[in-house]
This record gives sequence, structure tokens and C-alpha cells, in this order.
Amino acid sequence: MPELNTSSLPDLIFSILFFFMIVTSMREEEIKIDFKLPKGTELSKIERKTAVVNIYIGRPSSNYISQFGTGTRVQLNDRFANPSDVGPFVINERNSMRQADQAVMKVALKADENVSMGVMTDVKMELRKARSLSLMYSADERNAK
Amino acid sequence: MGKGKRKVPGINASSTADISFILLIFFLVVTSMNSSMGLNVRLPEPPEDEDLQNPPKIKKRNSLVVLVNMDNKIMITQGEKLPYEIEIGELRQLAKDFITNDANRADYPEKHLEDVVFEERGVEYVLPSGRQQSITSKHVISLQTHRGTNYNTYFEVSNELYGAYNELRDELAKKEYGKSYNNLDENQQMLCRLYYKTMISEAEPRSIGGGM
Repeated sequence: MPELNTSSLPDLIFSILFFFMIVTSMREEEIKIDFKLPKGTELSKIERKTAVVNIYIGRPSSNYISQFGTGTRVQLNDRFANPSDVGPFVINERNSMRQADQAVMKVALKADENVSMGVMTDVKMELRKARSLSLMYSADERNAK
Repeated sequence: MGKGKRKVPGINASSTADISFILLIFFLVVTSMNSSMGLNVRLPEPPEDEDLQNPPKIKKRNSLVVLVNMDNKIMITQGEKLPYEIEIGELRQLAKDFITNDANRADYPEKHLEDVVFEERGVEYVLPSGRQQSITSKHVISLQTHRGTNYNTYFEVSNELYGAYNELRDELAKKEYGKSYNNLDENQQMLCRLYYKTMISEAEPRSIGGGM
């Protein structure tokens, strides 16, 4: 019985590797919050990922409950914060962006579907005060009926 | 006994597959799928003190108040009618009827003849059916919540309201250009957006209702 020729196996794996390198992007921050995004039908994709600032809102995930409790929390970059920290954070992020991105900067609110509007409103008010008016509620696609 | 040809031994490449497997697994771990989608909204400018003291006057027929209360029920206040409750499934059609006012009802937004036109580099763009259009340019949909309202309900209501505008633009695109909105070029889309301007205003939530 002739041996199976495996010389093309590396090429195959390399193409899978390249595929994944293209369709994925580096994970920048560790997400310390559990969230399940709401579902919608009128969604659009982000055109420029470098011009997006992520804000996570939800309950701390299981590793952090002992430290931060089970209440609704806001995560900015790698740390937990209060809604009142959002304004300075967004201004800071905007200043560290490239000029071209600053003009089209967008904030993506990745909030759990079970949070209440109180905290959302506080965050939105901070964004308005920081004049960061382009906002996106992150969501998952729901197939239209 | 001359050595005519010496055979070069091949490099053993059998481990290349293992190496690339390790690279592949590394990338699977440190990267994430590019799956950022969401509902785009535009926040209003921060409120000035003057605005709070003299809120802009809006005629009753021009305003549709959608209140999502703390029990996640959707209450509609429109015109002179008393507030009434509706289900989420009815909201889109109600918003569409309100925005277009096709039947020219007296309790729905008034229609004005206005120029739907925009200019870019000295070129004016208008819709195929003409420059002047009768549109309900003064209507406002006011989306209100309580602090205790669930975000998911709020999101679904927003989704329906923005969906109403998207459907209307799509219908307009089909009527004017015979194509769906997504297949129009940028200028044509801009005209459809001018015809049906998004007029969703989000007031600060009422503080009654308590709790975060």
C-alpha cells in the first residue's frame, strides 16, 4: 500500500490560517462583563473599526462578582467605571485617534438586554455633554418575519 | 565511475503542518470575529439652559409620543386623543401612517410643499417626480422612557421606529426609481432621506418610576 502523500497538508493549513487572519481582528480588551445583545432588524455594519469606541454595560462576569458585585456596571477599556467617567473617557479616546478617524468617531454601546434605561440614559447624557453624538446600539441580527 | 548526478536529499517538511497548526490555533485564540453590527442613532446636542426654559412649541397634531413605561408597556399619545396602549407589532405601521399622513387626516401631521433638493459641487439633485414635494416636515416622534424601563424593550421600540423610516424610504425609492433603496446611488439615497427625515427625539426620561 503506497503511503498517503501529505506534502500539501501545510499549504492547506496555511490557507486556513490566512483566512482566519483576514476575517478576524485582534482582541484589544478583556471583557469583564456578561452581556447578551438585543436583537434587531434595522442594523448596519461598522465601516471603520479604528474609529469605534466600545462601552460595555452589564453585570460583572462570574470571575469579578466577588470584587464588584452583581449590579449593573460600565466597563471602559479594561476597568470598571461609573457612568460619570464616560465623558472624560470618550474625550480621551477621541484625542488619541488619528485626525481622519476623529471626525467619524462612533461609540458602540454593547449593553446587556436586561439593563434598565436609567444607566443607559446617564451614559447617553455623558456622551452628549462630551459632544460625541454618533452612537450605535450594538445588536445581533434577527431574521425578518 | 564519474558521479554524473548527485541526488540532493529533500528537506523533511513533515513538521511544517504542525507548525502552521500551532499558528492557526494561536490566531483563533487571540482574535475575534468581526461581527459588530448595530442600530445607528444620532444623539441631540447637549441641552442648553435656554432650551429647557423655553421648549420648542410643537403642534399637537405634529407630535407622536411613544412612552415605554416601567412595566415595559408602550403608550401612545397623539393629537387630542387620550393615551392608549399598543403592542410592539402594531408600532411600525402606526409610525408609518403618522409620518406619511397619506389620508390627509386633520389629526395627523400637516403637509407642506417643500423643496426636496440638495446641492453638491454646484450640481443640484432632485427627485424624478419634481423638486417640490408635499411632505410632513414638521412631525416629531418623541420617544420617552422611565429609568426603570428595560433596555431590550426600548431597543425593540427604536428598532421599529427606525424601521418605519427605512421602509418608507424603500417604498419611495421603488416609486421614484423602480429600485429598492439599497440599490440606489448615494445621491438618490440622500434625496430619499431628505424626503423622509428621521425626526425621532429622545427626551430625558421622567424621573418618576424610580430605581435604576
